[in-house]
Amino acid sequence: MKHTFKGGYHPPDGKSFSEKMPIEKMPAPKIAAIHLHQHIGAPSKATVAVGDEVKIGQPLSEAGGFVSVPVHASISGKVKAIAKITDAAGIKSDAVVIENDGKEEMFEGVGVKVEYSGFSADAIKKKIAEAGIVGMGGARFPTHVKLSPPAEKKIDYIILNGVECEPYLTADDRLMQESPDTIIEGMKLMMKVVNAPNGIIGIEKNKPASIKIMQEKTASEKNIKVIELEVKYPQGGEKQLIAAAVGKEVPSGGLPMDVGVVVSNVGTANAVYEAVALNKPFYERVVSVTGESINNPKNVLARIGTPTTELIEFAGGVKEDVYKIINGGPMMGAAMYALDAPVHKGTSGILCLSKTNAAVYEEHPCISCGKCVSVCPMKLLPTDIQLNVQHGKYEEAEKLGILDCMLCGTCAYVCPAKRNLVHYFNVGKAKIAEMKRKK
Amino acid sequence: MDKMLIVSANPHIRDKSSVTKIMHTVNLTLMPAVFASWWFFGFKAIILILVAVVSCVITEAAIQKFRKKPVTVSDGSAILTGILLGFNVPANVPWWIVALGSFFAIAIAKQAFGGLGFNIFNPALIGRAFMVASWPVQMTSNTYWTEPGTGKTMDAISSATPLNLVKTALKDGGTKETIDILADKGVTYWDLFVGNVSGCIGETSFLALLIGVIVLIALGLVNWRVPLFYIGTVFVLTWLMGYDPVFHILAGGLALGAFYMATDMVTSPISNKGNIIFAIGLGLFTVAIRIWGGYPEGVSYSILLMNCTVPLINKFTVPKKFSYIKPQKA
Repeated sequence: MKHTFKGGYHPPDGKSFSEKMPIEKMPAPKIAAIHLHQHIGAPSKATVAVGDEVKIGQPLSEAGGFVSVPVHASISGKVKAIAKITDAAGIKSDAVVIENDGKEEMFEGVGVKVEYSGFSADAIKKKIAEAGIVGMGGARFPTHVKLSPPAEKKIDYIILNGVECEPYLTADDRLMQESPDTIIEGMKLMMKVVNAPNGIIGIEKNKPASIKIMQEKTASEKNIKVIELEVKYPQGGEKQLIAAAVGKEVPSGGLPMDVGVVVSNVGTANAVYEAVALNKPFYERVVSVTGESINNPKNVLARIGTPTTELIEFAGGVKEDVYKIINGGPMMGAAMYALDAPVHKGTSGILCLSKTNAAVYEEHPCISCGKCVSVCPMKLLPTDIQLNVQHGKYEEAEKLGILDCMLCGTCAYVCPAKRNLVHYFNVGKAKIAEMKRKK
Repeated sequence: MDKMLIVSANPHIRDKSSVTKIMHTVNLTLMPAVFASWWFFGFKAIILILVAVVSCVITEAAIQKFRKKPVTVSDGSAILTGILLGFNVPANVPWWIVALGSFFAIAIAKQAFGGLGFNIFNPALIGRAFMVASWPVQMTSNTYWTEPGTGKTMDAISSATPLNLVKTALKDGGTKETIDILADKGVTYWDLFVGNVSGCIGETSFLALLIGVIVLIALGLVNWRVPLFYIGTVFVLTWLMGYDPVFHILAGGLALGAFYMATDMVTSPISNKGNIIFAIGLGLFTVAIRIWGGYPEGVSYSILLMNCTVPLINKFTVPKKFSYIKPQKA
């Protein structure tokens, strides 16, 4: 049986730059800027003040509500400032700036093994929330919220997303090969929290090494299976992964829990394990520093708050032909103009692309070829939605399902007229949200 | 780093397709048919096609210059209109009619609507309709049709098209089988298939057009549903009505229309379902005009008629969204 979804497209995947590179631990940065709001939901509230001494893993803030998580110090040293710092998306927001004292001191209890087998579901969930864990695939939705379905929604499956369908990125692939046990253990913890009887690990077929090791590690587990997915973007989209893995469609406007599923990235599962078993909050993550315009493509374990420039330098610097630097994957990542922007909890990659691959094109009129319609994984009419947004007809765009669009960019990738569809979808979504707030 | 980086919306990588590439690919796939037009109707046919192409390109460039818009003739769409328009005339038509038809096609059917991507009707067919309406004698009377193979000499032999022959024969109360009527004139199915019959210069060779469209389908530039359902509808209807379905598929402009005119991306529906409805509509109109209409051929008018319905078809064939649940009525 082929596990996949309808629509989609497979761009050249560019994974060869870094797929063979083992994860390297990066030296701690001299200065780390840790944004208080690096997740979906309410910003966290700072609990440290300028001049405070902090240690690695120490909370810097407290959650600003239920859908919110704290952030933690990724280096030890002195809080230099709490100021507005430009983030990877180019937006200025409050961040705690820490100056490294070079001592690399751990906060009390961080990294110490915990006997957790007796933990209750609520205790595990509390740990996950306190550790500041959010979805590491890029969307950064707080994990403890995902693991809190209302009582009437029974969860049948935890699906681990090891698809990594974004071209170039290899962080998840490497992590699966290097830390399979912790990922599986993290998954089991999540299964325990929501009382899910089954676990599925979905991996795209172009990662045979990860598939093999995950299959071996789960061979004795009857209720956990590894599914090989067809190689197609955006197979790693939450709704596409669910459709491929369990054959269910999440209703429009609904959540995976509506079909009895919770999806989590493999990196997140690893972080869950570390939070519960090692008492280690989320202060570092694997980042692929790759692309044709970087000298030594690498997968690195980087502290949250490390300036992008340091990652680039660690990977040997950029080549002469660098044209665009992207935080995330080439399909959904954000193009950066401020390279001192720090690594955040969703930074899966720092991509350095040349003009050959990342050229910006002039937009031509739509010739109604219908390619965008045939590839849209949500079965929308990208061209119609775009035209409605362009002409300010937001209500019409909403009727056509703009809110179902997940901005995957497949339509814009295949568009022969090189229309900047995703740009218009962003505008349309923002306008509709604004209209709804006013009502 | 002191270099300026580019910032734009995602996705940051794009495939290598472009409108220009699509148009030039379509133009290239028309070359077998251009060759066939030369083979059967001689150098004259090439001249007419060239007149059409040059007139289209000049008209487009002139209008864009005049309107102070970027000149986009290099995108190949005006060339495509030119080739298709050139294909749609009899070999003996005076060149200035073709030039005027081309001007009308580009100026009125394309640029007046806003240029490529905004036209409602297929420009080449509007050009043809304009020529047929303005110079009906030169465009349709038997003296302007050419017997294939004789066009290479100065004194081409004029000859009625197969559709004309059959229509006339049936009108005269003939009860003979279609193939017999043709056989009287020495025309076989094979002649119809390869294009060795009288007709518009680019439409007669089913074979040459088929080669082109197969390439386009393989490249994903033509939705196979349109030719299949269009030709299928014509086949089934003519067969049910007791006519010769093979003849109706091979004769006249059906191949050119179904392969190249109806599949024009701009003027056909977006969704697969929409394209099927569109194609069946084309088949209905074509058969109706051929059987009951005043003209022997109905392909061009049926495509123009169905072009009008495209916005409506698009409106009613919005694909079902992923996991869309109908709102419950309270």
